[in-house]
Amino acid sequence: MFRLMHEAKPAEALGFTFDGRALTARAGDTVAAALLANGIQACRQTPVSGADRGPYCMMGVCFECLVVIDGVGNRQGCLVPLREGMRIETQAGRRHPDGG
Amino acid sequence: MITIETIGQVAEHYDIAVVGAGPAGLAAASRAAELGLSVLLADENPAPGGQIYRAITTTPVTKRAVLGEDYWKGGALVDRLRPTNAAYAPGCTVWSVAPDEAGGFELGLSLGGQARLIAAGQVILATGAQERPFPIPGWTLPGVMTAGAAQIALKASGLVPSGRTVIAGCGPLLYLLAGQLAAAGANIVAVLDTTPRRNWLAAIAAFPGFLRSPYLAKGLKLMAAARGRLPFKTGVTALAAGGSDKLTGVTVTRGGASETIPCDALLLHQGVIPGINLANAAGCAQHFDTVQHCWTPTVDDWFASSIPGIAIAGDGAGIGGAESAALRGEIAALDAARRLGRLSEAERNEKAAPTQAELARSLRGRRFLDLLYRPAPQFLAPPADETIVCRCEEVTAGQIRDTARRLGVTGPNQMKAFLRCGMGPCQGRLCGPTVVELIAQERGVSAEETGYYRLRPPVKPVTLAELAALPPTDAAIKAVVR
Repeated sequence: MFRLMHEAKPAEALGFTFDGRALTARAGDTVAAALLANGIQACRQTPVSGADRGPYCMMGVCFECLVVIDGVGNRQGCLVPLREGMRIETQAGRRHPDGG
Repeated sequence: MITIETIGQVAEHYDIAVVGAGPAGLAAASRAAELGLSVLLADENPAPGGQIYRAITTTPVTKRAVLGEDYWKGGALVDRLRPTNAAYAPGCTVWSVAPDEAGGFELGLSLGGQARLIAAGQVILATGAQERPFPIPGWTLPGVMTAGAAQIALKASGLVPSGRTVIAGCGPLLYLLAGQLAAAGANIVAVLDTTPRRNWLAAIAAFPGFLRSPYLAKGLKLMAAARGRLPFKTGVTALAAGGSDKLTGVTVTRGGASETIPCDALLLHQGVIPGINLANAAGCAQHFDTVQHCWTPTVDDWFASSIPGIAIAGDGAGIGGAESAALRGEIAALDAARRLGRLSEAERNEKAAPTQAELARSLRGRRFLDLLYRPAPQFLAPPADETIVCRCEEVTAGQIRDTARRLGVTGPNQMKAFLRCGMGPCQGRLCGPTVVELIAQERGVSAEETGYYRLRPPVKPVTLAELAALPPTDAAIKAVVR
């Protein structure tokens, strides 16, 4: 859905995983930007209907880019800088009592 | 400028805490530090600049013309802060501001997954603006974003939408973004302008002021550049995003006829409004600004809020643009220095005079823009019942209208209790204005009379582990020990 513009300053490539898939993005990207740059549009499902949602405001206001980062849920992907080796997962709807 | 990397590096007490490192916050922190005051500048983002100067020190965009000369002006604000002793904490969320026992304030901070409570004598909230919610059917589909979001992706990461892109809505940013994305190589298949034609009638009375405005030349250039090159469609009266699990197109209505434009990205913009959550939760009085059509914290000429010791500078206290935001930050800092006894009233007045004159100049013409780009009523209160209003809790316009009518709900806080709108993680940031509008319309009363959500700290999520790890105070221990 997004691509790097021509003539962008070069940046180091960082490796990370999204739902187990190995991906790379540029150092300096936020988690949400890294997902968009990899063509990932949906990063969570809503707790109410389970509908897919993706980053909407990119500035910490809308909470649509919530993801699980290194096992911690409800992280705002647009505010967290990407780090090498990050394990990012879809935030799948609401939590269930069995821990699922 | 001392950059804070861990929560432990934050001091126990500062003379002034500034929240937000956009133009207002940067100017306020610089000015306060130059006066010899100890300053904490806390900002959620990884780098300074706020949204307007987003990633000004780190942007990968090399062609200056893509973002325009106004963007690069932001660098000077950061350069001014660098030689000072101000503590700058990026990636730091301020989730609470409350009066403390010493007559100052206690701030709840979170940085790197750890929370702290610190004290500040004076607080300047420079929390800036957010995009006005633009609820249309399908606006929750992946692929639909705000125009500001695309601009942030461009500034911070050098990203441009890769497929067919439609930009829709109203306001100066619409033209600016269209021009920037086109210059960055995006495939813009349509720019759908929802500016109501009758707005010109209301705005024309304010036109003489606009003629002397710094926006005039800039605005005309922007508009001419964008209109000349891009597929503009004006007089848009309805919009709906289509697709089942992601966006596939946008249905647009003009002059009573509808067409569907296939697209991969839809960027929505309906102007910006103050980000009021922290000020509201701190208890600062607010009012409904009928010209800018939004809730705005009430401030005096020095940007002091109703709570002595809390000032609100920049677009967070009414939309004025980047240039005015920096000037307002400057003035708020001078007044905070006066309250701390660092400046006498006469010294404050003398130092502020040139900035105040500059501020008046920078705001010339603003009223014309506010009136011209006032959103059409159908984009403030969505007529289609199925339109989602509260994105977090998935509450629709139909549910809100129905509940207001049948249960006689008089305000948004009651509505929240019935429908959960505003109870999700965004805490009403994306539904508040629309919920108020719908209730006001249903009851035939003003937004002012309808009121707004009563927000409470924490204004951003903070984990229980973070709260539990806070050192207990004597008062907290006494409260539970019998």
